Amino acid sequence: MAIDGVMRTGHVQIRVMDLAAAVHHYTEYYGLIQTGSDEGRAYLKGWDEFDSHSLVLREADEPGMDHVAFKVRREADLDRIEGELRERLIAVTQIPAGEQLGVGRRIAFTVPTGHRIELYATCEQPGNGLPTRNPDVWPDGLKGMKATRLEHVLLYGPNVAATTELLSRVLGMIVAEDVVTEDGTRIGAFLTCASKSHDIAFIEAPETRFHHLAYWLDSWDDIRNAADLIAKNKIPLDIGPTRHGISRGVTIYFFDPSGNRNEVFSGSYQHYPDRPTITWDAAELGKAIFYYEGRLNEAFLSVTT
Amino acid sequence: MVHRVALLDGERVLRCSPGQDVLNAAIKAGVSWLPVGCRGGGCGVCRVIVRSGSYETGRMNKRLVTSDDASRVFALACKLYPTSDLELEFAPVQRSTA
Repeated sequence: MAIDGVMRTGHVQIRVMDLAAAVHHYTEYYGLIQTGSDEGRAYLKGWDEFDSHSLVLREADEPGMDHVAFKVRREADLDRIEGELRERLIAVTQIPAGEQLGVGRRIAFTVPTGHRIELYATCEQPGNGLPTRNPDVWPDGLKGMKATRLEHVLLYGPNVAATTELLSRVLGMIVAEDVVTEDGTRIGAFLTCASKSHDIAFIEAPETRFHHLAYWLDSWDDIRNAADLIAKNKIPLDIGPTRHGISRGVTIYFFDPSGNRNEVFSGSYQHYPDRPTITWDAAELGKAIFYYEGRLNEAFLSVTT
Repeated sequence: MVHRVALLDGERVLRCSPGQDVLNAAIKAGVSWLPVGCRGGGCGVCRVIVRSGSYETGRMNKRLVTSDDASRVFALACKLYPTSDLELEFAPVQRSTA
């Protein structure tokens, strides 16, 4: 098994202030498929995900992220990682199987940025709407931007350097790219579990915040189609279509009805463990984030949930 | 009826139509003194204190509009719907990066 341990960003649970409006946004425009619901929560997946969900919407009186969960290869990985966290005197919470529909037991801990990270090994797999033998290339009935799979999350918070160290040493993540100040302080980190350009990213900020979640689209043309849908449906646009220096991905950012930022993303490179870390000077952050514009828009720094 | 929405300095004024939120009225009028964020009642960059007037609001991030001081009534301009003329004070949530 070449990819072992922590495999990928598995699901994100975010808070929304109007569940019905959020479900409409994420199904009709983002193009996710609703696979279930329980008290106050809706479960959704990208069409090409086999697991039962990658996004959980929870109704609450403020937006933001409850947790991001990574899927590990085996149940034994949970025990190993829990032991390594406890050795570092990090509190670990056990979440019983079934707390989320279709998901096995999870373990949870808080990283120094203040975000809750969870891990799980088991999830029901209703499939991607296609047979696993002689399939066609896409299922019928896809909507909106046709988001294919969860890509990554970006989080703002304090202690990015310590968080990066923890996720690297205990979860085995690799820093694909980072941003450093003149004195060498790491203020941005883009971490990958396997072959994506990043599964999770952090930017240094005084408070613990959710910046965005991203789903993958297959091409630049699909990003243009997303832009068409944003204009046609008057979805609040943040910025794009444009390109990132970091990851080299193509992108457009917009907001859900509760103000949580969404991204659709494509075109980035593939990461391998022997690929060197790409480092950006903080003074070049504009080019790193928005390559074509060469500077950040004000909202990228100030607008979070 | 169109309502007059003014900042306390009295110089920055815009007109807001029935059912229109204050931020959208500002965007449509091309005025730049209200920052545009998520437009969903979530981020708080367009937060104001309502000093006078009546209004309705949509759903807003409770953490950002809760105030211990009864004289400071927060609202997010993107979810603020005037039902009379309004006087506002700009009170944005501080930007979150270092």
